[in-house]
Amino acid sequence: MSRQAVAAGLVGATAIALGSLLFAGLPRWYGPVDARTAAPSAAPTTIAPGRKIKAHLFYVAEDGLRLTSVEHDVAYGDGPLEQAREILNAQVAPVAEPTVSAVPPGTTLRALFLTDRGVAFVDLSREVAAAHTGGTDSELLTVYTIVNALTMNLPAITTVQVLVDGKEVETLAGHVDLRRPLARNLDLVQ
Amino acid sequence: MSFRPRFLFPATSLLALGLMLAPALFGQGTAPSLTLIARDGRRAIPLTLVADQEFVALDDLAAQFQLAVQESLGAVTVSYKGKTIVLTPDQTLASVAGRLISLPAAPSRSGRRWLVPVEFVGRALAPIYDSRVELRKPSHLVIVGDLRVPRISTRYDAIGSGGRLTIDASPRATSTVSQDGDHIFVKFDADALDTPATVFAAPAAPTLVQGVRLVDPLTLGVDLLSRFGGFKATSQPVDDTMRLVLDLAGGQTDTTPPPSNPPSNPQSAVPTPPSSPPPELPPAFGQSAPAIRTVAIDPGHGGDDAGVRGSNGVKEKDLALSVARRLKGLLEARLGIRVLLTREDDRNISIDERAAIANNNKADLFVSIHANASMRNTTAGATVYHAAFFADAAQAAGAARPERLPTFGGGLRDVEMVPWDLAQTRHLAQSGAFSDLLIAQLGDRIPLALRPTGEAPLRVLESANMPAVLVELGYLSNATQEKQMAGETFQNVFVQAFYDTVVRYRDSLHAGEAPGDRASRDFK
Repeated sequence: MSRQAVAAGLVGATAIALGSLLFAGLPRWYGPVDARTAAPSAAPTTIAPGRKIKAHLFYVAEDGLRLTSVEHDVAYGDGPLEQAREILNAQVAPVAEPTVSAVPPGTTLRALFLTDRGVAFVDLSREVAAAHTGGTDSELLTVYTIVNALTMNLPAITTVQVLVDGKEVETLAGHVDLRRPLARNLDLVQ
Repeated sequence: MSFRPRFLFPATSLLALGLMLAPALFGQGTAPSLTLIARDGRRAIPLTLVADQEFVALDDLAAQFQLAVQESLGAVTVSYKGKTIVLTPDQTLASVAGRLISLPAAPSRSGRRWLVPVEFVGRALAPIYDSRVELRKPSHLVIVGDLRVPRISTRYDAIGSGGRLTIDASPRATSTVSQDGDHIFVKFDADALDTPATVFAAPAAPTLVQGVRLVDPLTLGVDLLSRFGGFKATSQPVDDTMRLVLDLAGGQTDTTPPPSNPPSNPQSAVPTPPSSPPPELPPAFGQSAPAIRTVAIDPGHGGDDAGVRGSNGVKEKDLALSVARRLKGLLEARLGIRVLLTREDDRNISIDERAAIANNNKADLFVSIHANASMRNTTAGATVYHAAFFADAAQAAGAARPERLPTFGGGLRDVEMVPWDLAQTRHLAQSGAFSDLLIAQLGDRIPLALRPTGEAPLRVLESANMPAVLVELGYLSNATQEKQMAGETFQNVFVQAFYDTVVRYRDSLHAGEAPGDRASRDFK
């Protein structure tokens, strides 16, 4: 009797394991690409209300050639992905004079993905390219505003690839290569 | 090799058909096709153009590469021998054997078929396939297996009554040269040739060479004027290229005007034995050979892309073209070198095409002309950029290990491979040296920016296989500079300074000076 019970238990456990694999494991492994490594930005975040962190955001320096780092209070995010989203939302938000942002007006964060290798994929709205003034310097400042905002504040993020309107792009305005993730650039920071 | 063809086409007829149809197809804006080259033949894979992005059907790839394609749980899974690619509709990211990659566009459905960007072949399929798969997007080739498919480019320089035809094969491929009357034939030791749609652009002025054409999949035919007097062929490896130089002598007594077309029947011409080397031509690889023979000038933007627009209406694309034309005129007139413009008028041209024009013509120098913009309208001055790469990219290109390939007749040969996107890595020191020279010449003639030189991952420079810089003339966002740059005086001063820089750079190369002690300067 006890042997039958043990056998039945084993069969039951195997069935539960297979069921878990089929209905929980496989969809996670073979489902949407970002499901395993990241979460889409549209998902609500779990942020303690009112909790803030200090983060360095980047704006155009007086000489117009470099970025200057400004410390801001940014909403706390639970984990690197959520914190990255909060930092980016603060970085692309409109600013009041005399501060000048290198991110074109109207630009919003559409989605954010983070791989376990420390690569962040930042999907920005089409305004980041369509409303761009052009010029190599402006484009460099725009791109590295985003790249530096993540890599300087979050050690878990080492490189950043900018996407536009959900797609990989060659450049924003014809100059800076965006086909690969970019590392931080301190030469551009004052 | 696991690759098996579904259809076998006669390679010669397909290549000839492709060469004949390519210009017409491109001219009509029809989507071209990918040509797949494998050990057992060639096949065409249709492409579909959607918003200027080339797509290929997964079904077509599956048929050619024995892939299994399944759609389930909102994802498209592509499998090959236990390795899996997972694509998600509306997502440009894909999982390739567990690694995340990005594509330039998301997969899209066309009827019952799934279309993927053509880059899928190189980024997703190649890593999981058990043979080498190389996508050459500019020439629409997919090479499967360890095949030798050198890129062929030609250049002609008139020298006295003769001329010099340079034929480059990259990666290196040896060739044999033979003559039949007024025709020289160059047969390459390769599996196939990667030739541009137009193998040879005939110069405007009458020259000894009337045309270069593909006479069979591995042979170029050089059509010569009847006053051609003889030739000397020499070949030498240059970096990853095997350079064949044909020094051509003009006939001394034949004053017959050149025919307007090459002879249609090469066999009817009277065979002429090769003569001794023409005495008036310089040695092919001697010290006296000019260090700069071709300069490629790239006027930035163009067509629908106006670039920066000044507050007074000056457009970057127009300014760049105006300066480029002036520069071409001055360099050609004073130095007698060939100067190419990547665009001669106001039209769209892709970034890859700009680099390809310079590379295919074996330019010795590439300069991209632009005008800058700043979010602050007081910023002013010129800046000269050269390319920067990540350390791992530069190391990857520098350490590109030669592939050991078998040769006809036995034996092995090392062939160096350099990725298209990393071609500039080997020229960074010279590009930096040229940048410094240019800034020194510009310094007391036009305003310079506070940071007049820079290094950045600039797309147009990365694929240039020669010293290359991008010049920002000044800031169109600054109304004073806009007015200044639009004027003839500013443009002529810049052009003169650039000319002086080229002369100094050429002289330094002639003198054998090191281009600078700069190492690869990468972003950290």
